[in-house]
Amino acid sequence: MSDLEKYSSGSATSIERPIKDPGLEPHRVRMTDKSEKHARTAEKQVAGLFVISIIGAIIAVWGFFAFPIIDGDLSATRNNALWMGIGMALSMLGIGFGAVHWAKTLMPDNEVAEARHAARSDDDTRAKAIEIVKLADGESGFSRRKLIRRTLYGALAFFPIPAVVIFGDLGPVVGDTLKHTMWRSGTRLTKDPTGIPIKASEVTIGSVFHVIPEGLKDLEEHKLEEKAKAAVLLVRVNPGELKEDPEKAGWSYDGIVAYSKICTHVGCPVALYEQHTHHLLCPCHQSTFDLADHCKVIFGPAARPLPQLPITVDDEGYLVAQSDFLEPVGPSFWDMRK
Amino acid sequence: MNDKPMRRKPWALGIVIFLGLVLSGSGYAAATSTYQAEFGSPEQIAEGKKLFLANCASCHGTNGEGAIGGPSLIGVGAASVDFQVGTGRMPGQASGPQLYKKPVQFTEEQISAMAAWVASLAPGPAIPAEEYLRADGDATHGGELFRINCAMCHNAVGAGGALTEGKFAPGLEGVTEKHIYEAMVTGPQNMPVFNDANLTPEDKKDIITFLKYVEENDSVGGLELGSIGPVAEGLFTWIFGLGFIIAITVWLGAKAN
Repeated sequence: MSDLEKYSSGSATSIERPIKDPGLEPHRVRMTDKSEKHARTAEKQVAGLFVISIIGAIIAVWGFFAFPIIDGDLSATRNNALWMGIGMALSMLGIGFGAVHWAKTLMPDNEVAEARHAARSDDDTRAKAIEIVKLADGESGFSRRKLIRRTLYGALAFFPIPAVVIFGDLGPVVGDTLKHTMWRSGTRLTKDPTGIPIKASEVTIGSVFHVIPEGLKDLEEHKLEEKAKAAVLLVRVNPGELKEDPEKAGWSYDGIVAYSKICTHVGCPVALYEQHTHHLLCPCHQSTFDLADHCKVIFGPAARPLPQLPITVDDEGYLVAQSDFLEPVGPSFWDMRK
Repeated sequence: MNDKPMRRKPWALGIVIFLGLVLSGSGYAAATSTYQAEFGSPEQIAEGKKLFLANCASCHGTNGEGAIGGPSLIGVGAASVDFQVGTGRMPGQASGPQLYKKPVQFTEEQISAMAAWVASLAPGPAIPAEEYLRADGDATHGGELFRINCAMCHNAVGAGGALTEGKFAPGLEGVTEKHIYEAMVTGPQNMPVFNDANLTPEDKKDIITFLKYVEENDSVGGLELGSIGPVAEGLFTWIFGLGFIIAITVWLGAKAN
């Protein structure tokens, strides 16, 4: 008999350097077994924990009535939940701790070891199992009747196809919705949340306006989706402090610039604007953009500048968009530039 | 000795001094109270200019035109002076990323005089009218405006938060209604300006109402832990919540003595 055969296939123990079974630790006699006095103390402790549980339940009921939930008074909810919670926690923990303490101190503590049995069945059982499979095959004719077997395979292969088709229809097809927003040529810039249009003269130097496109407020469908794409931050800086690329020079109006509020990293609203440094900070991962320099990334994980919305002024002096954003807003995605 | 005239008596001098003090004191009080009543009077502006030259001109220039270390004050308005000096931020104690709030260095009258002088340089935001500072507006509307315009820096309940390169948006608890209003309308330091076209005086009043509401009412969810969000709450859960669970696990596995 080789070494290997001494071990069953179910006990995958290395036999190169077998660890000696240390056996059970010597049994330690508990104080509660040695002295009746200690046993009585433990008994009182367990009973005490159960009494705490009872008191906890009473506290919970008292709290429910002593701090009723009053319509319109939010702080009443706070006390109600606090005392109900404390009471119910005491009630449950009291039972749990009591039961464990009871078992540990007063119930028998004899160590018991049970040997693990081998995973391999004995030869008789294995032979019997094979016999059953063969019998079933013979009676059903699974091996003999090829036509039935092959059509069954076919049926099983076709069966999941309807589910695949349904999964494909779970959401709308993204299409090019990621590349367009509500902004069009001539869309007025309006205040969030009121939808009041903004005049260029109202945007004084150092001002920040949180902007939504005209008409977004009255959208009946997909309002939040459209807002999440079209939200804009409008700022006026001293025109002398703006660094503008020649080809984007016409995108601002007398120091007023408009940038997408959606971070190009993972899409948080970027709106922590510092008036004098022109820093625009994203609160989620500290991406920092220089608003006076086409929102270039100057710190943090964002990979590209915030898209700029080209703006101008209409006949009545209101700020309007020249067009949609010229690149996708928000986090970058794989076929963004297509 | 008794035939001495009354005015020669030793206690007469005491009475004369006392009367003199009372008269000059009340006269001064009357003069200063007319000062306050007439904001922008020539006397007050002159007084403000004196204070300005003694305390502010080294950074802001002798005519408030700005100099190395201090911006121009032309057109910043009375509200700006009232905020900066009234919260102790000015005069600044040291240059750095941001000036801190500290004990106020001047009396109400002195601040008012300096504000009057700066306001006389060029038009700018005035000290807000009492009717917008009563915190009895619409807290729900104020809360919505606060979340759109202010919460990104000042936190959803005004607990404050960090900005770039050592700057921070201060917590708003305990800030007076007047100073909150003035900060919105003037945009102190790196805070942007929220003029009356952006947030109307009524909007500002609603925002103040919201801030005073969250200040005076307990948080519904229990302990605020500074209201600074997941960091404090996560730390509490990791240390006390998980610590409690680990302690129970150790106790469950230990044998009784």
